[in-house]
Amino acid sequence: MGATTTIKYEPVIGLEIHAELLTNTKMFCRCPVVDPTISPPNTAVCVVCTGQPGVLPVINKRAVEYAIMVGLALNCEIRETSIFARKNYFYPDLPKGYQISQYEYPLCINGWLDIELENGQTKRIGIRRAHLEEDTAKNTHLNDGTSLIDFNRSGVALLEIVTEPDLRSAEEVEAFARKLRAILQYLGVNNGDMSKGVLRMEPNISVRPIGSDELWTRTEVKNLNSIRNVARATAYEIERQISTYESGGQVIQQTMGWDELRQITVPQRGKEDAHDYRYFPEPDLPPLQVSHEWIEEIRAKMPELPDVKRQRYMDELGLGEYDASVLVADRAIAEWFELAVSEGGDPKNLANWIIVEMFRLMNKDGLEREQISEIKIQPAQLVALIKLVEDRIINNNTAKKVLATMYAEGGDPVEIVKAQGLAQETDSSVLQAAIEQVLDENPDEVQRWLNGEEKVEKFLFGQVMRALKGKADAQILGPLLNTALRNRHE
Amino acid sequence: MTTLTALSLTEARAGLQKGDFTSVELTQAYLDRIHALEPKIQAFLNVTTDHALASAKSADQRLQQGDTSPLLGIPVAIKDVLTTKDIETTCASKILKGYIPPYTATSVQKLFDAGMVMLGKTNTDEFAMGSSTENSGYFTTRNPWDVERVPGGSSGGSAAAVASQMAPVALGTDTGGSVRQPAAYCGIVAVKPTYGRVSRYGLIAFASSLDSVGVFGQNIEDTALVLQAIAGHDPCDSTSLLAEVPDYLTEMRKGLEGMRVGVPKEYFADGLQPEVAAAVRAAIDQFETLGADVREVSLPNSEHAISTYYLIATAEASSNLARYDGVRYGARKNESTLWDTYRATRGQGFGSEVKRRIMLGTYALSSGYYDAYYLKAQKVRTLIKSDFDRAFEEVDIILGPTTPSTAFKIGEKTDDPLEMYLSDIFTVTANLAGVCALSLPCGFDNQGLPIGLQIHAPFLQEARLFRAGYAYQQATKWHQQHPTL
Repeated sequence: MGATTTIKYEPVIGLEIHAELLTNTKMFCRCPVVDPTISPPNTAVCVVCTGQPGVLPVINKRAVEYAIMVGLALNCEIRETSIFARKNYFYPDLPKGYQISQYEYPLCINGWLDIELENGQTKRIGIRRAHLEEDTAKNTHLNDGTSLIDFNRSGVALLEIVTEPDLRSAEEVEAFARKLRAILQYLGVNNGDMSKGVLRMEPNISVRPIGSDELWTRTEVKNLNSIRNVARATAYEIERQISTYESGGQVIQQTMGWDELRQITVPQRGKEDAHDYRYFPEPDLPPLQVSHEWIEEIRAKMPELPDVKRQRYMDELGLGEYDASVLVADRAIAEWFELAVSEGGDPKNLANWIIVEMFRLMNKDGLEREQISEIKIQPAQLVALIKLVEDRIINNNTAKKVLATMYAEGGDPVEIVKAQGLAQETDSSVLQAAIEQVLDENPDEVQRWLNGEEKVEKFLFGQVMRALKGKADAQILGPLLNTALRNRHE
Repeated sequence: MTTLTALSLTEARAGLQKGDFTSVELTQAYLDRIHALEPKIQAFLNVTTDHALASAKSADQRLQQGDTSPLLGIPVAIKDVLTTKDIETTCASKILKGYIPPYTATSVQKLFDAGMVMLGKTNTDEFAMGSSTENSGYFTTRNPWDVERVPGGSSGGSAAAVASQMAPVALGTDTGGSVRQPAAYCGIVAVKPTYGRVSRYGLIAFASSLDSVGVFGQNIEDTALVLQAIAGHDPCDSTSLLAEVPDYLTEMRKGLEGMRVGVPKEYFADGLQPEVAAAVRAAIDQFETLGADVREVSLPNSEHAISTYYLIATAEASSNLARYDGVRYGARKNESTLWDTYRATRGQGFGSEVKRRIMLGTYALSSGYYDAYYLKAQKVRTLIKSDFDRAFEEVDIILGPTTPSTAFKIGEKTDDPLEMYLSDIFTVTANLAGVCALSLPCGFDNQGLPIGLQIHAPFLQEARLFRAGYAYQQATKWHQQHPTL
């Protein structure tokens, strides 16, 4: 029988990221940047961002600074001269009939970002470009066929980041997305909120036979409101394309939307014909000049980024690579951890408590790890809890219960221990009395121990602990029990 | 008192300061003259009587308090492509009918701050696209020297208003000659400053890299005074220049002695009306008599100026005019779908010349044509710039005709857009190169129509334009001629 050959496919994926910059004012006017989900419509608008006749744009210097920070963090070349361009198309959310963006000469080019894979290896993902542009207004379509436009978002500074098509799986996409988001948050230029569209990620996906170096038809997926959905949509789209080819079909170049309910990608409706954006240099803005000195000034004041922080946690705080990676994966986690360390906590102990116990509680509650700053437990309180264990006021198991109380209700661990009477029993006479009572109540087990069955000691230990409601100081109880058993020998 | 409107700005200023008359009286005199002549000339889209009298009243208060600001209490007409807060601004387009801007253009605001009194908004070709005001969405302005003829354009309303003494001075805009050409046709002075010398904020864009705010006056001194007030950097316009503004009136009086004057050989080719050529040659002789050192220069790429201009200007216009979609302001023609609404709004709101230019510009920027048209035009533009750079290494100013002929008849060129475009042949180069230029009267043709002399000076050398023009006007009387109305 001849061998049947089946084609094995590999995905080729690039990401396009739009990050609203956390500037106080918009990209080209002085309107404040507001949260569009809570601000009344059209209250943060002016003649410039509504495209009145005769108005002119003025570049927001802070937005340029933020873009340079991201460019440096992504190891990009920062161009000393970049050029804004007009992208022309008609749509009611675009008040001027064109978007001011950068096209041929973007601010940041040719960068890279290393991501850590499950197997412990790192992979370098190319960054093609990062450029500045302005956001559009927001349309709301009503059931009666009319549409409303809110210009609060119109003109908000956006950074568009485009990767090379270097990603090969949904897992890689997720790792990249998480790391990029962490960097944006570390830099303080974006809050990482994908549910409100403050950060948007759109994968461009194609597949091809392994070994081929041609690029097959790609699709773009929009509407992704979380990193988890970016990964899910990518995985789905890869499978959809492979099965399309395997059943003899062709993938069509188009924009897909993610249907969260059905967990599938669907072609987006209502797309006009292929646009010719007629890009040309924006005549209202001279070329953007950034001096080498300014770039270096910005570089010097950049905060510590995840990779450097992780290395420092390993070198200076003695953490293992896994713990360090988990703690630096998000700015909020690292900040929480560092606050706790500054309160005098032992870094290794803290890492263990945060990663194992606190994340377990948060996970059970449906919280993401980066929501650590929203929980009731304060860094100093975790330090205090660990100190109670170290001082042998409570044992480990009690500490976990106290932590659960702190998580659920908040409060100081010392107070909780006091209020609930959870302090360890260290009084030898109390322990001694409990031991004698348990031994008296379990003559068979005592006999088995006396006959050399040593593991029974563990059972008896548990019985004493139970009698003392788990509060016995194990380090005292152990030797006392052993002595008491020996004494029964005689 | 019947002749208040016959005064130049400089004379009127002296009268106001001495208390010979008030700004309200002066303003009323102009309003009365507008009332009398407007049916014949049709220079104004909107006469802002109440606004004018209120401004005049507050100017009189400042005058009484001893304020000697040079423009205080002086009336002015404003081209309707400059925005004025709470006052309708339409660019003479139906698509902006009823549009009330929520802000005032920087150049206009500077005049208001200086105490000037706006008489009204003047007619123009729609969105400043044209050379005759025949493309106005409302009506055609008449040339005060012959009402059967065009006043030139696009700032024809402002030029006709000043020439007929319905306003002592006026603001216009110049993208390819739109203040100089009508100034030549109407026998008055107009300056197109260096690109970036005056803020474009509030100038409703036609072609952003070419648009300039310009000034009309009856003589050099009046024109210089108004430019003095509006020149300078504006934080709202990133293309406006940071350079200091010199004192033009002081510079103006320095005389022609030793000034090197260039005459481009390309400007006296076929197609130039013989009387225009003769008048301009006579003016050049006059400059020599006054002590200037005249020599021939070459601007070899001038022949490509018109085609270069019409690619760049239309490309930018196609993008600049995209905002007129009926969504946020102006006229909207509602249809059942968004795209039909766009089509109907723009189809009915824009006139045919505007549509022609939007289509030309859209084509020039289209994928596959961009390199051959827009990009190539930008390269030729650089060549035209270097023509001027090279010429200005040898000479201080360049003299030539403003237009190839005097004012043409209404309707004469409306069927042939290319013929119309050629009336800008000598003026578009200054916009492409970004340099400053001025037109002033230098004679009349056989039919008694005014002829314009154009002076070019290098980047930011407006003072040199005024110096040359002032010396010439001290020696000649062309600028003192007024049409009989």
